[in-house]
Amino acid sequence: MANKEVRVLGAWPSPFVMRARIALNIKKLDYEFLQEQLGSKSELLLKSNPVHKKIPVLIHGDKPICESLVIVQYVDEVWSSGPSILPSDPYDRAIARFWAAYIDDKWFPSLSGIPRAQGEEAKMAAIQQVRDGLELLEDAFVKCSKGKPFFGGDSIGYLDIAFGCFLGWLRVTEKSNGVKLLDETKTPNLAKWAVRFCSDVAVKDVMPDTDKLAEFAKVLFAKFRAPPPSN
Amino acid sequence: MAEEVKLFRTWSSPFPLRIIWAMKLKGIEYETIFEDLSNKSHLLLHYNPVYKKVPVLVHNGKPISESLVILEYIDETWKQPPLLLPEDPYERAMARFWAKFCDEKVLPPVADVLVTQGKEQEAALAQHMENMKRVEEELKGKKFFGGEAIGFADIAYGWMANLLSVMEEVTGLKLTDAEAFPAISTWLQSFSDVPLIKENWPPREKLVSKYQAFREKRLALAAEATSK
Repeated sequence: MANKEVRVLGAWPSPFVMRARIALNIKKLDYEFLQEQLGSKSELLLKSNPVHKKIPVLIHGDKPICESLVIVQYVDEVWSSGPSILPSDPYDRAIARFWAAYIDDKWFPSLSGIPRAQGEEAKMAAIQQVRDGLELLEDAFVKCSKGKPFFGGDSIGYLDIAFGCFLGWLRVTEKSNGVKLLDETKTPNLAKWAVRFCSDVAVKDVMPDTDKLAEFAKVLFAKFRAPPPSN
Repeated sequence: MAEEVKLFRTWSSPFPLRIIWAMKLKGIEYETIFEDLSNKSHLLLHYNPVYKKVPVLVHNGKPISESLVILEYIDETWKQPPLLLPEDPYERAMARFWAKFCDEKVLPPVADVLVTQGKEQEAALAQHMENMKRVEEELKGKKFFGGEAIGFADIAYGWMANLLSVMEEVTGLKLTDAEAFPAISTWLQSFSDVPLIKENWPPREKLVSKYQAFREKRLALAAEATSK
């Protein structure tokens, strides 16, 4: 596979970009990774994603696809002979899509809410929201995995990717706020799943090192005085 | 086994309406359960504990929530035509992208225009017009988002075909413009003209009263909050 055929516009710290890369890794596809610089947007990005001007963008041949979960489903559907990312049963697919949407609509914003919280009370409330969400996801894991190692079953799938991409930022948030969010006593299944996810062959080379990410977070907050933009 | 399909809805919400359109397009038989969201049933809370909202589709006892998720489930479970999502993966990605743009970007400013006034409302209206420009671009040269027939993205945007004019009546503001947005104007008409769409709108006068009352209540709450 010529590697000019598939390009990913992204940046190593972005969890959303990670989703696209994990999907391509699962399918064992070569791709060119074009990194955007913090604070500026390349002409290619502006041309490929005029609506949102955000990463990730997958460019397949000359066709751009935007929005990380749209990209993951696209990769699954185009390279259908590779390992499946979405479950095969329509109900299981609906459940995976439901929880992925929950993660994007509710859970990740609550995680971003922690560094944004003004004052101790607001911070505690934000932390509790994240923990409440993790308890819901713990239940979801038990139901989706049906005793297997991942949300997707024997191997990582759509919901593993949708959630697992945030583990780096979760750890950075824990470190910089001195709190435990993913707690093995409260959400034991998720805690074990997190370790398995991060060591998966499709994930480990694209999951950023926590210290490197923490350094990046400092630069980002200093530069923009705000937590990372979401996609 | 006989199929058992139930849909939890309210009389007015546009989200369950998406599901009704999809099921009628595919000829799926279903039972309707009307909810009063100020007094939610035990069943609704049981089937949708995370959001406690409509729509919820229950298929042979198994619940699915979130309208766009339900639409994909319907398309994958009842494979008879019409297909809601196109077969080509790139076209599918485009349909999903635009449906997401609708729910994440287009809907919130319209809701804001409804419940605010003054500078806040002006800002929401300006954002709405920016969104409309994007949608106009996408619809250029097409009868529907899906091409010649309505599909996933059309169903997602379908609320515009009756609610935009309801919001216009309630707020006294123009939310669309045949001159500035000709493709959207044509689409609004084409979509409304589809018989099963026409037949299933909630009663307009009731919608106007409801949104009028909602606007007044929200403005009053906002005034109370600022005067404290």
